[in-house]
Amino acid sequence: MSTPQTLTAGRSAQEVPYRPHRAWYRRLDVLVPIALIALGYLFLIVAVEERSFFRTRLTAKGGENFDWMYFWHLVPLMWQGLQVLAKATVLGFTLAAVLGFLLALGRRSARRAIRWPFAAFIEFIRSTPLLVQLFFAQAFVRASDTVSLSPINILVLVLGVHYATYCSEGYRAGINSVPPGQWEAATALNLGPVTTWTRVIIPQAVPNVLPALGNYLVAAFKDAPLGYIVAVPELLFFANTVRGNDFRPTEPYILAGIGFLLVSIPAAWAVRRLERKIAYERT
Amino acid sequence: MDSWLLAPHQYELLADGAWITIQILVYAFILGVLLSLAVGVARLSDRQWVRGLAFGYVEIARGISSIILLFIIAIAVPILFDVNQASLVVLGSVALGLNMGGYGAEIVRGSIQAIPRGQTEASIALNLSPTQRLRHVVLPQAMRIILPPMGNLTIEILKGTALVSLIGLTDIMAATRTIRNQRLVDASGADVTVVFVNALVIYFVLAQIINGLFRLAEWRLEKRYQGGEAEVEAATREPIPGLTK
Repeated sequence: MSTPQTLTAGRSAQEVPYRPHRAWYRRLDVLVPIALIALGYLFLIVAVEERSFFRTRLTAKGGENFDWMYFWHLVPLMWQGLQVLAKATVLGFTLAAVLGFLLALGRRSARRAIRWPFAAFIEFIRSTPLLVQLFFAQAFVRASDTVSLSPINILVLVLGVHYATYCSEGYRAGINSVPPGQWEAATALNLGPVTTWTRVIIPQAVPNVLPALGNYLVAAFKDAPLGYIVAVPELLFFANTVRGNDFRPTEPYILAGIGFLLVSIPAAWAVRRLERKIAYERT
Repeated sequence: MDSWLLAPHQYELLADGAWITIQILVYAFILGVLLSLAVGVARLSDRQWVRGLAFGYVEIARGISSIILLFIIAIAVPILFDVNQASLVVLGSVALGLNMGGYGAEIVRGSIQAIPRGQTEASIALNLSPTQRLRHVVLPQAMRIILPPMGNLTIEILKGTALVSLIGLTDIMAATRTIRNQRLVDASGADVTVVFVNALVIYFVLAQIINGLFRLAEWRLEKRYQGGEAEVEAATREPIPGLTK
């Protein structure tokens, strides 16, 4: 961290008030986003339920390719699908963030017998399509007598495992970016492995990884509409249902695209801001 | 080991599917590369409206899910504009290519910006036109930075081609589902996971082939920068017109 002298150099002291280094929970610029994220998370998990019917109350005019009245009346139904989509993404990504760290640890293991299976698993999952994995999981769940999962849980599980492999690569890069001197210093101070990880390595590695994780979260959100093939009642499921019921493909699909962009573009913007903020604080 | 294989006619189905997948991949790749070069350069244009247009395209192409884009292009757009639905292979490739162009443009832009400014200044000093500067000075050097992420992106697009089965094309994924249904009907194998493992292995092999091709391209490009004798000789054998020695 920069000292107060360098902070105020060249500028008046009134402009940049002296702020000693504060813990993260005392910083509003960190606390407010975290509180917002936590609130949104709670809302998605507690308040959103998956209803699998999308009933329209209007019929579009037959002669027109695009009926605005019909389009606007679809918006609440789209919102319902979008919430389910966000819920599946958020739950799946939570799984991915945790599992990804374990995969990264496994891949960095000193033993070859542990390292190679982890590397093979990560490479295999990363280079095969999510769609095939979803079908596979669905077929597996249907065939087995012991495992039974609801559609949204299949999507969460597959999305989580798929993105865990991506996250593990991110974590690995972050852990490797911690200078070797830190490891050596931890050894010199006789810190145990747990203390080394929790007090030395992770606090330095994770901030570097956060922007990459944010990008994967946006990517996961973009892959989540695939859930409609396992009948998760989300955005694309909404569009397909309406198309099947009313034989009107243009309005629902275009509305789904717009609703999607309304979430993903601000999310991508927020990730870029985070990236710039962390890059600024690091230097 | 035998239980992990399918019947020969089922492999024929998978091969037909693989052919469709490769076709779509190639078309989407061509469109994607053209778009990424054009838009990536346009994002660094001097004119503001060109920059703005390119930025808008990149944001939309990167923001939207490829599956939703696929449905919009393949189903909604032909009806919206009252045109006959072109072949699904073309529409699917267009959707995937548009998607790839958004990501590729950012790769191209980043690589061009990573080229030292001195190169641009030197080519201005040598009185090269902007087109010549791009064609002979900046892009050849940027290519070394572009290729590795472009390889990853192409593998992403390969995985994206699995989506076209959802708009009714018979690619590997659709063939897999057909085989699965056949096996469920004639009960030749209640274990349907075998079919999916076969499909996953085909995708894995295709991804490794793409990986190898890009490695080869990188290797050939790298050789040019290590001062190999063959290409330098060919270039200097004939006197270059206008160049005084």
